[in-house]
Formats: sequence, structure tokens, C-alpha cells
Amino acid sequence: MEKTSDPRIPVVSLRGVTKTFPGCVVANEDVDLDLHAGEVHALLGENGAGKSTLMNILSGMVRPDRGELLFEGKRWNPRTPRQAIERGIGMVHQHFMLIPSHSVAENIALGLKGLPLFLPARKIEGRIREFSARYALDVDPNARVWQLSVGERQRVEIIKVLLRGARVLILDEPTSVLTPDEIDRFFCILGRMKNEGKAIVFITHKLGEVMEVADRITILRKGRVTAHMEASEIRRMGTAARHELAFRMVGREVFLSIGRDRVERGEPILSVKDLRVFGDRGRETVNGVSFSVHRGEVFGVVGVAGNGQRELVEAVTGLRPACGGCVSLHESAGTGTECAYIPEDRLHMGAVPDLTVTDNSILTTYRASPFSKGPFLNIPAIREWGASLASRFNIAASDLNAPARQLSGGNLQRLILARELSRNASLLVAEQPTHGLDVGSTEEIWKYLLDQRRSGAVLLVSGDLSEACELSDRIGVMFKGVMTIVEGPFTEEKSREIGLMMTGLR
Amino acid sequence: MGWQAAAAEILRRAFAFGTPLLLATLGEIYAERAGVLNLGVEGMMALGAFSGFFAASRTGNAWLGLAAAALAGAAASLIHAFFSITVRTKIQVVSGIALSFFGLGITGVLGQGLEGKPLETSLPIVHVPFLDRVPILGEALAEQNILVYAGILLAFVLWFFLFRSGWGIAVRSIGEDPAAADSLGVKVELVRYLCVILGGIMAGMGGGYLSIVYRPSWTEGMTGGMGWIVIALTIFSFWNPLVAIGGAYLFGALFYLSYKLQPFFPPELLTMLPYLATIVVLVIVSASGSLRRKMGVPAALGLPYDREGG
Amino acid sequence: MGLYLVKRARNSRPVVIGLSLLSVLFASLVIGVIFLAYRIDPLEAAAVLLKELMSRYGLGEVVWQSIPLILCGGGLLLAFSASFWNIGAEGQLLMGALAATWTALFSGIPGFLRVPALFLLAFGAGALWGIIPAVLKTKFRIPEVITTLMLNYVALNLVLYLIHGPWKGEKVYGFAYTDTFPASAWLPVIGPTRIHWPTLALGLALLFAVDLILKRTRLGYEIKVVSRSLDAGRYAKISYFRTIFLVMVVSGGMAGLAGAGEVAGVHHLLRHPDQVSLGYGYTAIVVAWLARGNPYAIVASSVLMGMILVAGDVIQVSYGFPSSLVKVFTGLILFFLIAGDLLITYRVAWKGRDC
Repeated sequence: MEKTSDPRIPVVSLRGVTKTFPGCVVANEDVDLDLHAGEVHALLGENGAGKSTLMNILSGMVRPDRGELLFEGKRWNPRTPRQAIERGIGMVHQHFMLIPSHSVAENIALGLKGLPLFLPARKIEGRIREFSARYALDVDPNARVWQLSVGERQRVEIIKVLLRGARVLILDEPTSVLTPDEIDRFFCILGRMKNEGKAIVFITHKLGEVMEVADRITILRKGRVTAHMEASEIRRMGTAARHELAFRMVGREVFLSIGRDRVERGEPILSVKDLRVFGDRGRETVNGVSFSVHRGEVFGVVGVAGNGQRELVEAVTGLRPACGGCVSLHESAGTGTECAYIPEDRLHMGAVPDLTVTDNSILTTYRASPFSKGPFLNIPAIREWGASLASRFNIAASDLNAPARQLSGGNLQRLILARELSRNASLLVAEQPTHGLDVGSTEEIWKYLLDQRRSGAVLLVSGDLSEACELSDRIGVMFKGVMTIVEGPFTEEKSREIGLMMTGLR
Repeated sequence: MGWQAAAAEILRRAFAFGTPLLLATLGEIYAERAGVLNLGVEGMMALGAFSGFFAASRTGNAWLGLAAAALAGAAASLIHAFFSITVRTKIQVVSGIALSFFGLGITGVLGQGLEGKPLETSLPIVHVPFLDRVPILGEALAEQNILVYAGILLAFVLWFFLFRSGWGIAVRSIGEDPAAADSLGVKVELVRYLCVILGGIMAGMGGGYLSIVYRPSWTEGMTGGMGWIVIALTIFSFWNPLVAIGGAYLFGALFYLSYKLQPFFPPELLTMLPYLATIVVLVIVSASGSLRRKMGVPAALGLPYDREGG
Repeated sequence: MGLYLVKRARNSRPVVIGLSLLSVLFASLVIGVIFLAYRIDPLEAAAVLLKELMSRYGLGEVVWQSIPLILCGGGLLLAFSASFWNIGAEGQLLMGALAATWTALFSGIPGFLRVPALFLLAFGAGALWGIIPAVLKTKFRIPEVITTLMLNYVALNLVLYLIHGPWKGEKVYGFAYTDTFPASAWLPVIGPTRIHWPTLALGLALLFAVDLILKRTRLGYEIKVVSRSLDAGRYAKISYFRTIFLVMVVSGGMAGLAGAGEVAGVHHLLRHPDQVSLGYGYTAIVVAWLARGNPYAIVASSVLMGMILVAGDVIQVSYGFPSSLVKVFTGLILFFLIAGDLLITYRVAWKGRDC
């Protein structure tokens, strides 16, 4: 159905929605969004763009600071998830909210109104089968959730919302966990729901898929809407415009440039051969990756989140076992085989927010001298270290003995960065090192990363393509667990190519 | 005594002694299924025993005594619920232990002077016709106090409610994944409160049974550590009311046997078994992934729930 | 906008101490009310108590009852700081008593070695009893609350079995107990009191050790990290298993020593667990909680609980009031502590525009 100039009132609208979280993190800024019945509206954006927060607002989990929601044109203020559910907002989360030990019917019946008090599961069986048939979902009400495949679980989540009379379905990265077969089937189901007049929000980062099913597209970046168009427009676009769109999603607005001096490329410090790694759901997320990182070079790993980068990094840093292939860190003159690691999750992994800044400054280095001697800690040396890190790296902390949770996001990042950079390790693995930082800090950190090349090598994992292009000597593009290596230098043209590789259009 | 008669006698005693265990365990099963660990069972049972005895002896009405016992347990559990659910005490253990201390202590204080005085009234003994024709099991069940039958009945009812009703689904879901339940609009806190209070009522009744039926009198410390056995039994029954029936009577039989076989076999080795068995059972269940899912510890047990992600 | 709870920046020392003192104060007030209800003048009772507690005999009683509390409390403090909720101090204590008894009566170790040996073996037995839940937690994810609790009763029954069975003493009047220990296994006491000072010395030394561990060692640092964030612990390549294992060796071992102290220093034989442990293992939980993470405060809270225990006996003798009042007091202190916890960990804040 063509809906290019449809004057119908959208089922749900967001107008000027803004949400800021404590710590001055702006999740959404002035967002407008319209959802029409019988339409698939794709919401694109990289990680941290604000998609999840926006959907949490829509589903009643979070209240916006400013702006309003409209339901069928009238102002609407969902205060609890239940209110949103009652209006017909159904959210299918990326991380399923199912109870593995319960049956499908029990999961669906949970909190469902209008069911008899006794034997509700049996009552609902019939309805489940009915919906199952109508939308080609093929779900067995009596199966236990833990026995189901990921695709089947997703279908259970879909029925869960459909049975609650959902008129608006929010699908959060639905295809990121599916195999190609399951994806085809999923699109089928999507089509059926469209025909039934449901308004569907499809959150994704895969532009290719969006082209297949979306009617409308909105792109979010850093909490703001940066593009909005009808899919038919895009289909009429030429290749160049399409590439522009892809780049707009993964690239950066402001282009920083930094002088890179030449550094001799030396012996290999990290060798990865045929690496295979299982992800959390038991599927292979890294499918035979091989590359090496040499002294004096920055090796960038790019790719949209969920294509295996996390598992790759965890295998390299030793936090996750590989199921095939091997990772070897080579002895490097003067620095041994240490590997410093700046994790993406600063708050939960890279630091312990309840411990002091000083304590956090030795999280990965406390075992070595001068911080310990035998089983004992050298407290004065640790204190000195903490202070020196803070001053050298401009970490604004009023009190080094206050818990690290008091640091602003940027300062916490700097702390972790400072700690890992100062390790003089032969390999520095940096995951999203400048994520969420302002231009000034970003530049600073870029300088440090480049500096690291002199004594070792850097494995940079970044979701920001232009950053990777600026800093890296070579780039490995991860897509569906497979890495394609591209040699630098990275011209504008090359980076656009890479952008396409990231979004699967190449 | 022929072995049949002996077996029947063992069972008869098992039913009698296992009943307070069963009653309190049924309540604790609900609380733990909803994710709240309540170590205050010992205190609640003591409070129930004392209040039951006190009310029954003052009013001359055993039923009023039982009601008082249930009420006392409920009131005590409310305190624990408050600390565990609303205050979200980091470890529910502390609140439960405080409750046990307090319950045991205050009943000792209040009960001074009342010790050993026999209770005039008690709850009626029921005689089920025809049942005594059924060998062993029937003989044992033919004539018991009404609370014994109530216990079995309650177990069935509570099982049905837990596994075959909408509320039961909610309770069990909250204990596994409160966030999932919350996202579907289930009132996590309210349900938890209700489950903990049910636990208090049942524990109180269990205590009341002790002082009104089993040993119609009050003695300080008459619960004799039963509260801790209940905690073991809850786990041993895989948090399933039907299994709890078997478990409670098994433990009851064990205690009776340990007493009866004293000349032949050290009783302590038998009374040790429930605790050891609980650990062994837990290890077996936790070691296997699929068993753990089906019968293991409720995933969110002991963890307070905070919507903001606490 | 609105009122909501914000985690406090840091727990200020005076507030924390104040909370502990206030909890005790409020609990005392409630006890006073109970006295009034039973027509006992609370002030008079307080005077009597003070007189008794301050007497030479009274002080002696307080101190010897504090010894096991110091040991168990210190061990629990260590476990709690690792977020390992060890409620099995009672069982670990009994296992220590068991090991000490074996050493004293049946081991055949030469006389002059007996005392060090019984302490050593008691530590080992307690440590073993602590390691079991540690392994079960780290390898099977079984909540330690359950396993430590269950092991308490296994230990209890084990002791009962032994004193009624294979270890039954030759001269038994009424209750069951083992033979009296030979003199070489008796701990020396201070003067006419029952204060077995070697155990006390060990307790104080170990408190010092716990403080050292927590503040100045790598293990202490690892405990700090692992108890707050498992992810960060993984990132820092800290072995959760090793950390908890070591913690429980010490925690269980200290409780074991307490058990040794009781049988070798006070009773000189092994008797019914209720009379040996007197619930020290559970009372130690309150002791540890009151101390709020400071090992040296354990001394104060142990002495306080010791005073309460002795006070209970005094009240019973002077007023015929059941000693279960002590349990009431203990429970109340704990309740007030966790109620107050809410105040110190969080403060009410008004959420405004702060960006």
C-alpha cells in the first residue's frame, strides 16, 4: 500500500520529546516521530543514539522531561508500562523478557487481563494457536521457553504483545539475533502484521534490511533526528544518495583531523589466526578471523555493534575462551606480553564506581611493583600514583578518596584511559575510547593513542568510522563475524566504501 | 508389633509431627517463589505458638487460638516484608535473623509463668470412616487432628494456585525475573508482600499447631529449631507444595525414627540427614543446567527489585 | 522533578558510629518499656546491672563471653566485606570445638604440644567448614546463606552424636559430655576469672590480621573489587574463587578457634552444643554488623554483646526474669541497625535541573 501522502492521523506521535539522565547525559533531544497504522517505520541509529530511551518513553517505562506524546491526535501521558500496554503499545525487547523455566503459555499469560483465575494457561492456548496461525508464527503453547531457539523465542514475544491487543509494535533490533532463514521468515510475519493494520517501529542499524521492509525511515544521532524520509524516496534515490545515507548513520558530523607522523612498522605483537568465538547465545559470532597487529601501528576494527567485535576483543584480552583458532601476544622488547584494555563498558567493567578514584587507578596494575610487594600493598605509592594520574591526564576529581561514581562520565573515561595508557603495555586494546566525549577531549585521547604506537601497538575498536579512518593504519571491517582488512591511508572514497561494508550494502 | 503395625505407627507419628513443618513450609515456598528469603521462620513459629496458646487458654476456644497464631505470624512477617521489599535491605538474611532472635526472645519473656500449664481445649480430632481399612497408609491417616488434614488439603490448594492459576504465574515469574513481570504490568512489590504475609500466616499456624494440638501447652523454645528445618524443607521440596507433603512427612518420620531407634542407632545421624540431604539435593540440581531450570533456586531469590535497575 | 533517594557520597564516620550507638540506645529504651510493663523499675534494674557488671566478677564474665564473639565477629566481618553472607559461624565454631576435643582426648599428641595443636586443628576444622560453602557458591552458584545454615545443623548433630556415642565420658551425671580434658589441654586463665587469655590474645591478633588484610594486602584489594562488581573483577583478572576461598579459610578458622577456646578454656570438655556455643555464632552476626566494617570496632561491639549476655543472667537471678530478654535485645538492635542503614546509605534529595 502506498502511503506517500496519507492525511490519516498517526496512531502515536511524539513531539519535541527530550530526555536527560542524571549525569547530564542527553538521551533524546527534541524528537518528533509519527507512527501510522499498517506501516513499518524504521528507526536507525548507532549505539547510544537514543533509540532505546525513545522507545522506553513510548512504552511507559520512562517519562520524558519535555515534549509530549499523542495517541490518535490526543495528548497522552503513560505513567506506567501497564498504561502503555493497555493503550496497545507492545514492545518486543532486544533482550527477551521471557522466563526460561516457564512454558510459552505461562509467559504469555503473565499479567494478562481478562483471563480466568484458574487454568489461564489452558484458556489461552486456543488464542495462542489462533494468533500463531494468523501471523505464521508457529509457536507451541506448551513448550518450555528454555527449549526454544532464539527465533522461536522472538516469536513468543511477538505473540505476547499481539495477544494484548497491541496496535503499535516496537521491535528492538529484531534481526540481530536471527539466522538468515529466520530473518526471511520474520519479514513474512512483518508483512502480515502490516496487513492487519498494525503500526510497527523497527529499530535497526542494518540499512539493507530497512530497504526491504520499511515504509518510512527516521535516523537518530546523539539523541537528535538527523534524517526522516519515506522509503519510496530512498528507493528512487541513486546509489550515491544511498551511500550518503549510510554514511550519515555511521559517520561523524565534525571531522577532526590530526597530524600523524610516520612511525616505523615493526614486528608483530598480536597474531590472530582463524579465530572462532561463541557468543552469549551459543552461536558463533566470530567466524574464522585472522589478522595481525604490528608494533608501531594502529589497527582499527570497525563494524556496527553486534557483528562480533565484542567477542573478538574479549578473546584477544583473554576474557572469553576461543573455540577455534588462536590468539598470541608476542614478546616485545622492554614491555613483555602485557595487554592493556580499555573496555567499552566503563561503569561496570572498567571501574568500580563505589571504590575511590585512587583504588580504581590500580585496578589492572595492582599486582605489580611498585604497588605491591609480595602480598602487601604499597599504599603511599598507590596514593602517589593516583594523584599523578589525575594531574597528568587532567582528571577533574575534587577528592581522590571520593567514590569514582562521582566523576563525570568524561572524567571516568579519562581515568580508565590514563590507567591503561600508563601501563606501557605492548598492546593497547581500546574499545570506543572517545565515546560520548567532547571534541577537545577526543583530540587529547587521539594524541595519546597515536603516542602509544611508539612503544607498542594499538587495537582500536570504534563505532565511529571517521575516528577509525583518522587513526588507523589498517582497518578490519567486521560484518557477521567475518573480517575484511582494508589498507590505509583512508581517503574519503575508501571510508565510504568501508561504511558500506559495515552496513552490509557491499 | 508386626511390621505392618509398626509401619503404620511410624506414619501416624510422621503425619502428626510433620504437620507444623508442612504448614510453615507451604508459606515459605510462596515467599521464596516470589523471591523473598525469610529466615525469620523460627521466630514466626515461636510467636504463633505462644499467641495461639495464650489466646486459646484465655478464651477457652482453640479455633480463636489458631486464628491468633496466624495473625501473630502475619504481623511478624510484615516487619520482614517491610525491610526486604520496601527498604530493600541489601541482605534479607539480616532482617530474617533479627526476626528470629526477636520472636524467640519476646515469646520467652511473655511466656514466663505460663510454662508447662496444660491447655484445656484443643482442636478436634477427626475420624475418617473406612480409611482404617486401607493398610498402613490408611490406618495412619484414619484418625488425626483436623489440622493434619487441613495441612494436606492446603498443600493441594496452594499447589494448584501456584501452578495452575494466573496469580501463581505472577508469583513464580517475580521470583525468576521481576523485571519481566514488571514490564508486563505485574505489581511486583504487592505480590511479594502478599506472599511473605502468607508465609507468616502459615508459619504462625504451624507454631499454633505445636502449642494447641501437638503438645497442648507452652514451653519456651518449644519450636526447637523447627524453623530452620522448614528452610531446609523448602529447598528440599524444590519449592513445590506437593513435594513438600512428602518431604514434611519424611522428615517427620525421620525424627520419630531417630527417637524410636535410639537403642540401635545414633539418633543424631538420622536428624542430621534433612540438612545434609538438602545440600546434596541442591548440588545435584545446580550442577545440571536443565535440572536447575526446572527445579532449581528461583533466580531472583534474595535480591531486592528496583525498577531503576538496582 | 520530585523527591527521591540518592546514594550518599560517602558514609561519614561519625554518622556511622552514631547509628550503632543509637540502635543500642533505642533497643535499651524498648527493654526499659518491657520492664515497666512487668512492674520492674528500669532505672533500678539499670543500677543493679551496672553494679554487677562493674564488679570484678562481672567484668570477668563479660570478658570471657566476649572472646568467642571477638573471634567469630572478626571472621564474619571479613566474610561480609567480601559480600559472602556467612551465617555458619555457629557450625564452624562447633567443628573447631570438635577438633580441639579430639586433640585433647584422643590424638595422642604429647602434652606440651597439646594446646598449640588443638588451636591449629580447630582452625583447620573451622576453615574446612567454611570452605565447603565457598566452593559450592563459586562452582555451583548455590547461595551461601543456605549452605552455611545447613552446615550449622550438620555440625550440631555431629557433636551430639559424638558426645552421646563414641566420645561419651566415663563419669556422666545427667547430661552427656565427654571426659574432662587432661590438664595439658587446659587453657590458662587470668586469676579467679574464666578469661582464657591465649584465645583472647589470638582473637586480638587475628583482628589485627583481618584489619591488615582488608587495608594493606592484595587480597584486601581483591575483596574490595570482587564484593562490589563481579564484572570488574573479571576484567581485572581476579579469581573470584581464590578470593572467596581464602576469605572463608580465615572466617571459618577464626570461628573454629572460638570453639577451641570454649572447650579448652571454659568447659574443659565437650558438652551439649547449646551450652558450648550459647548461640555465639548467631550473636556474632550482630557483633559484626554493629562494627560496620571496622575490625577494631569488633572489640567494642563484642564487649557490648558480652555485657548484654551477662546482663541477661543478672536479670534472671535478681528479678527472675527470663534470660530470653537477651534475644529480644539482640533482635531489636539488629532491627534498628538496618532501619538506620536506610538513613546513612541514602539521603533524600530534590531532583531538579542540574545540568
